Amino acid sequence: MSNAVSALQGKLAPGEVTVREAGLRGMIVLRGDIDDKKLRSVCTGLSGVDFPGQGQANCVGEKGLCWMSPDEILVLVPYDGVAQAIALIDTALAGTHYLAENVSDARAVIFVEGSFCREVIAKLAPVDLHPDTFKPGDFRRTRLGQVAAAFWMRDEDTFEVICFRSVAGYAFDLLAGSAKAGQVDFYRKSA
Amino acid sequence: MSTRLANHGRLINRGKAVSFTFNGKHLRGFEGDTLASALLANDQMLVGRSFKYHRPRGVVASGAEEPNGLVNLGQGARFEPNARITTTELFDGLVAQSQNHWPSLELDVGAINSHLSRFLPAGFYYKMFMYPRSFWKHVYEPIIRKSAGLGKAPKDRDQDTYEHFHCHVDVLVVGGGIAGLAAAKAAGERGARVLLVEQTADWGGRAVVDAPTIDGVSAQEWIRITSEALENMPNVDMRLRCMASGVYDHGYALAYERLTDHAPDREGPRHRLWRIRAKQTVTATGAIERPLSFAANDMPGVLLASAVRDYAVNFGVSVGDRTVVVTNNDDAYRTAIVLKEAGLEVPAIVDARTQADGALIDRARDLGIRIEMGKGVAKVKGGKRVTGVALCAQAGEGAVLEEIGCDCVAMSGGWSPVVHLWSHCGGKLTWDADQAMFRPDPEKAPTGADGEAFVMTAGVANGHLFTAEAISDGWAAGRAAAKAAGYTKRGAQAPMGEDAVEGPISPVWLMPQGASHALRAKAWLDFQNDVKVSDVQLAAREGFESVEHTKRYTTLGMATDQGKLSNINGLAILSRSLNADIPDVGTTTFRPPYTPISMASIAGVARDDLFQPVRMTPISDWSNAHGADNEPVGQWRRPFAYLRPGETVHDAVNREVQNTRKNLGLLDASTLGKLIVKGPDAGKFLDMMYTNMMSTLPVGKCRYGLMCSENGFLMDDGVVVRMAEDTWLCHTTTGGAEHIHAHMEDWLQCEWWDWQVYVANVTEQYAQIAVVGPNARKLLRKLGGMNVSAEALPFMQWAEGKIGDFDARVFRISFSGELSYEIAVPAGQGAAFWEALMQAGEEFGAMPYGTETLHILRAEKGFIMIGDETDGTVIPQDLNLQWALSKKKADYLGKRAHERSHMADPDRWKLVGLETEDGSVLPDGAYAVAAGENANGQSNTQGRVTSTYYSANLERGIAMGLVHKGPDRMGEVIAFNKTDGTTVRARIVDPVVYDKEGEKQNV
Repeated sequence: MSNAVSALQGKLAPGEVTVREAGLRGMIVLRGDIDDKKLRSVCTGLSGVDFPGQGQANCVGEKGLCWMSPDEILVLVPYDGVAQAIALIDTALAGTHYLAENVSDARAVIFVEGSFCREVIAKLAPVDLHPDTFKPGDFRRTRLGQVAAAFWMRDEDTFEVICFRSVAGYAFDLLAGSAKAGQVDFYRKSA
Repeated sequence: MSTRLANHGRLINRGKAVSFTFNGKHLRGFEGDTLASALLANDQMLVGRSFKYHRPRGVVASGAEEPNGLVNLGQGARFEPNARITTTELFDGLVAQSQNHWPSLELDVGAINSHLSRFLPAGFYYKMFMYPRSFWKHVYEPIIRKSAGLGKAPKDRDQDTYEHFHCHVDVLVVGGGIAGLAAAKAAGERGARVLLVEQTADWGGRAVVDAPTIDGVSAQEWIRITSEALENMPNVDMRLRCMASGVYDHGYALAYERLTDHAPDREGPRHRLWRIRAKQTVTATGAIERPLSFAANDMPGVLLASAVRDYAVNFGVSVGDRTVVVTNNDDAYRTAIVLKEAGLEVPAIVDARTQADGALIDRARDLGIRIEMGKGVAKVKGGKRVTGVALCAQAGEGAVLEEIGCDCVAMSGGWSPVVHLWSHCGGKLTWDADQAMFRPDPEKAPTGADGEAFVMTAGVANGHLFTAEAISDGWAAGRAAAKAAGYTKRGAQAPMGEDAVEGPISPVWLMPQGASHALRAKAWLDFQNDVKVSDVQLAAREGFESVEHTKRYTTLGMATDQGKLSNINGLAILSRSLNADIPDVGTTTFRPPYTPISMASIAGVARDDLFQPVRMTPISDWSNAHGADNEPVGQWRRPFAYLRPGETVHDAVNREVQNTRKNLGLLDASTLGKLIVKGPDAGKFLDMMYTNMMSTLPVGKCRYGLMCSENGFLMDDGVVVRMAEDTWLCHTTTGGAEHIHAHMEDWLQCEWWDWQVYVANVTEQYAQIAVVGPNARKLLRKLGGMNVSAEALPFMQWAEGKIGDFDARVFRISFSGELSYEIAVPAGQGAAFWEALMQAGEEFGAMPYGTETLHILRAEKGFIMIGDETDGTVIPQDLNLQWALSKKKADYLGKRAHERSHMADPDRWKLVGLETEDGSVLPDGAYAVAAGENANGQSNTQGRVTSTYYSANLERGIAMGLVHKGPDRMGEVIAFNKTDGTTVRARIVDPVVYDKEGEKQNV
């Protein structure tokens, strides 16, 4: 484990909106029947949060659950706790049809923090980020520029963005560039 | 002369002078000027030369429709050609150069074309440049390229930045005139989220100049009150200098915001492209005045009547001291009135109508302006600027009745609603004969996926030329759009507008009506592309009945202004020539963008390092620091070879090839696709996906598999690993990872939706390193950890454990023919693992190797490569892979297709090895020539090269190819063509040229 590094090793681009790679984060892709009680309870037990509805993410600290599709949940746990979490899932769901895979190393997590973080994302993703529509707890699988990405709002001033590891540098530079280019002033009235 | 008036100029700040240069001349204007108004204020009437005849040209319009005023703007990294001076806001230090002339704007040699114009009619290029054929490339084209064309191409990199912005709104209102403001307010009051965009720097549009009253106050005051009210509405956003350039399917629209064009020193992006998803779009885009077609109407000093008025009211600029107004409608009288009231002379209003009454006409008459009814302009007198007009009877053929001296002609042929955005996505038009214009047909609006209209049009753009109707129409459209978007809150009452009552227009498409050929040949329709009335008539005579064909034959409307002034006049001339009604001839297609937008805004941030995503493996940084010469593989960059100082790529490849066979090579194989397939039906599913049997593969073992499309063609290959009773790991090619994942999901979701199988793409979870060569096991043993002996981990098996400190899955598979372990570690450990291998491997001669060595090693073993041996037309049988086609299975994708007669044809080309007689390397893709010629007179062929390399191990070229009945012709020599016309002889041999028995990989 001591050899493990995240894709961008905590890279930082400070500014009015700061872009920062989160470092190592534990992620498990869980596919299965998300209405199944056992599946829901192992998920909530692992993450300590409520099971999310469609298009939602419930995250606290490094733990959380993100709704990915009608048969897929992303389980967030601390990086060092993934093997144990998968073992718990395997035990809980033994005998049922599911798939749980560690994807912690396949991804990068990037924080976008600051007053106009909504606009930084809106420059890159075709998502309605108006404060009336997209609120903390909302989750989208979409794209940033030319790559696949997903994000949710931790709070009014913070987005957490997930992308694939191989394009973490691209995604980071996109976000940092968009932050540096400044405010669009579109959501000003709603703030 | 054109000059600055003492009064007027509502947009300029006379307290702040601004200096700029035009063709090197230092000039001054005011803050708030456009480049056009500033040039006119400096009596710079001549602004460019026309495209074809190099005729002197001046400003015609005051807005986005301007055809003539195009300049090379800026310098160096801020240079931009074809900048429209009427929409270029003046700033201190602006540098502009006029275009399309040599040696200078005033003295242009190309103007000779104007005298040759009778030899350069429509279609001239098509007729003239046919013969002799060689002349086109060497004579005609170079000359034409030199003499035609507008601005220069930029030479430097653009120094500015650009960005996109995605936004979703309920109602997008395009146009910040009174109708647009009213629409935005009405929609906003209903509660909809509204975005209002206006292409100019000011709200209000034409109403401010024409000064009607609205709700009992002046238009200017109403606009101020309304825009302030909108500014205070939390659900309404407003953007100036933001042009909606296109409306697309599903309510998508683009808007082009010019942030710093007027203030180049300001920080931030220069342009922002708004990518808008709107539930409803209201186009309140106003109208454009039409020119009149009379002889020499292209002379500098002939402007649209509204433009003359705009320059006076907005910028305090008089285009001339003496202005003759030529019109077929009442509106142009406003220009005469404005000029007269500004103290300028209006020698006459020439009105083509035989009779007209109205408040504006009365007012003009009261001011003492001479009005000539039933008259037209026979021709404009002058050269590089107007000196007078010759009057004639509109009904006649142009016999001159009188000449009037003047230095400006203000013309108006009526107004055409701006229907572009309405039309982009399928909105239809209807011909309004009373007002002589096309207007949107409300019954045939652009419709969305639900069949309902998603674009509405409002105000003048909807054919309501008068204030009262325009503003109430805007209000109604805003309300309706908000309602259609789901907002029904009650709002205030519609504003009431009032302006002078006008009489009817009389359509005038040619002036005078019976103009002679000589006059028609100088009556311009398209100023920018030099198309005259006579050209369109010639096209009609030559059989171009479709308006689209006429457009392309004459180039009418094909310039950068896209015919904003010329299209309606042109098709009216065409319809008359064809003896058809205007609506039967129809318009050409309106396509986005409305006016040109910068290419850089389309790219947004996607330039330089962000041009496209480049995928990096955990080992890429190390590779790039150690001489990697990369090649693109999909979006990955994989090292082709690792160059040492002083080495060529060829040297490096040869060294890597030999070292891997003799000692130890390390390959970054992280890019290979890795798909987890899990579930009770996973075995059944993989038996369908692969041609060979995967369900019977024991846990712990690996098997090479082939994948065919349902048409039987090879699409991917790779090693499949049985991880657990219900779990398989499928390796794919690098390029196949996402594609095969999607392919599997497609079959699972659409065809076998009831099968219990989940697929996950874990390609990027692992860094995978191939440790290859006779010393491979020594290296792993040195690092310690799990048992990797031949007994504990035989060929084609896998195990999980630790290698050194690393969490490893070790696969005993070989794509090189050597003793080989492919080791997957979590990507986060990949860089450290690679370094540990390199360090520990030093004593065993470890060297990294790239994709070219990978290719050569596999080709020496006769292994196929998807994309080399396959090209989408190749089936497994072609590659002698019958052994991988299961006969036990009832079905698999491709099985049925392989039964087709062409697939089972014994005459198909098949894979063989090729060995040149002289040891040279066969050219890649070369064809084996056969006797005789085909129907096209080309040499017959009997095979082609699919892979060809220099083998440093064998010290000669090696190759594989597909050859007609190849495997039956071992030892035969055939000839392959080369690009120099000669051939090279090669013997058909076994494709496996290294360790045929496979002893080396199985130790």
